[in-house]
Amino acid sequence: MTAYAIRRLLYTIPILFGVCLLIFLLFNKVGGDPTYQMLGKHASLAQIQELRHDLGLDKSDFAQFIDFLKQVVTFDFGRSYATKQRISEMIWAGMPASLSLAIPAFAVETLLAIAIALLVSFYRGRLLDRSIVVLCVVGISISALAYILFGQYVLAYWWGWFPISGYDQDLFQRFKYVALPALIWVVVGLGVNVRVFRTFMLDEVNQDYVRTARAKGLNESVVLFKHVLKNAMIPVLTYVVIEIPFLITGSFLLESFFGIPGLGSITIDAIHNSDFPVIKAMTVIETLLFIFGSLATDLAYSGVDPRVRLG
Amino acid sequence: MSAQVGGGKSLWADAWIRMRREKLAMVALGIIIFYSLVAIFAKLGLIATPWDVEVAGAYAAPSFGSLKTIMGSDIFGRSVFYKVIHGTRIAMSVGLVTSIITIPIGVVLGALAGYFGGLIDEVVVWFYTTISSIPSIMLLVAFTYVLGKGIFSVYIALGVTSWVTLARLVRGEFMKHKSREYVVAAESIGAGHAIRIFRHILPNVIHIVIINLSLQFQMAIKTEVILSYLGLGVQGQPSWGVMIDDAKLELARGVWWQLTAATIAMSFIVLAFNIFGDALRDAFDPKLKMAAMPRREDGKK
Repeated sequence: MTAYAIRRLLYTIPILFGVCLLIFLLFNKVGGDPTYQMLGKHASLAQIQELRHDLGLDKSDFAQFIDFLKQVVTFDFGRSYATKQRISEMIWAGMPASLSLAIPAFAVETLLAIAIALLVSFYRGRLLDRSIVVLCVVGISISALAYILFGQYVLAYWWGWFPISGYDQDLFQRFKYVALPALIWVVVGLGVNVRVFRTFMLDEVNQDYVRTARAKGLNESVVLFKHVLKNAMIPVLTYVVIEIPFLITGSFLLESFFGIPGLGSITIDAIHNSDFPVIKAMTVIETLLFIFGSLATDLAYSGVDPRVRLG
Repeated sequence: MSAQVGGGKSLWADAWIRMRREKLAMVALGIIIFYSLVAIFAKLGLIATPWDVEVAGAYAAPSFGSLKTIMGSDIFGRSVFYKVIHGTRIAMSVGLVTSIITIPIGVVLGALAGYFGGLIDEVVVWFYTTISSIPSIMLLVAFTYVLGKGIFSVYIALGVTSWVTLARLVRGEFMKHKSREYVVAAESIGAGHAIRIFRHILPNVIHIVIINLSLQFQMAIKTEVILSYLGLGVQGQPSWGVMIDDAKLELARGVWWQLTAATIAMSFIVLAFNIFGDALRDAFDPKLKMAAMPRREDGKK
């Protein structure tokens, strides 16, 4: 276990280096000189040179890359071009809002998908199973944007069940605003999850131990709940654990549509304002979360399934 | 694909026969062909041209008076129906060009990594793990900034970011095939590496590319819509994403037709690719020959 963990940990080093290099190249080199955009058309040469010096753009490429690595390690990405705020402060301020939407939505989505997947694997091959699978494929095929727009229009504007958009910093009041985006989150994600979890469960249903359980006379619901569910939870957990770090960064589209001031909204605003440092910071954060998320998943998985360690 | 022995059917003929039996898959194929024809005719200017002229007043509701106004009109009185048709052209071209960029990169890198192993494999795997570690939407945003907004950037950004899945799959297949008897036999009669990779192994794994293509296409269409919606995609042309973006402000005024038209047009093609992709996978999956096994999802290790 320790040997595997060390090997897996060492493997992340070249990946970390790779993503830092790629992000640096994209934003700092190929992306061009931000001074023109910041100062406008009528900047004097002296102004441009001064700003270039302030931003460290007059240093060598290598020195700039080291500067960038320093930013990544210290989580200090400077200030936003648009709002002049410190980016690290913006991120800390946005995180609670993102989490208030993401945690309940993610929890409901996962539990509901597991329940439905278990139900359809009980009725596998029958009409209920087939219609739910078809429903999932149809659901996946509709754009997330359509769910958001129609959901907001019909449920909030037309029927008035929910506020159209907004957010309240109060710990309990905020859930009034978060309810509808959370509901849409669940609807958008459910189709994919049910389909994937169903295959995980059906993979288990065909195993020998399930046949044995049936052969010794257990009824089907005991087989499903006691044996299949327990074993199918391993792939299910690995599948969802990777998503957990991203709960911090929230949902771009849902947050910006419903006016929830989380990291998703910050990113969308940055995209609209061409706010380079913020986009770069968000890219770095999302990437690091992904790398450490998959590291955690692999380590957890190797703890559960000893075969992984040999590979 | 290759020479037949003793009347046996090739993998392809076999798969096609099984596909033919699936009515739903054939309907899906019909929808894909129909969308492709619409896109080609719109590109050639045979239908829905010109799309950017006034056909009615601003926000005219759908009416069955003429084909132009069957889906109503937008803020400038332009025909929503014509815009949907040109949106189809954009969407299909994004799917096609992305695939043209993705397939060579994915197949060649996957083949080299899987076949040679060792250092080449390490480097390729490092490269695609790096790319796939950066969330694709952020990478797409970065690319469209670097290249400038517009459809050309969408092509390049999608092409460069979406070969990873294909490379992974092809690499896995090459690793399985490289030590099989037929490849060893080819080596013993003097076939070099290039011949073994492209003439012997590739035809046996190319169906992976076809199955992946179907999923790739619909991912590209969905992503184009999101990018255009974010204002990073198609500029000055009627894309479904731009139409949905416009609809954001229209809904409150009771103008539902532009959003509905774009959403339905998009859903049908994505659904068709989903169903067709699933059917392709089932048709090529030899496991199904043996028993009615449950379907395995893609995207799993």
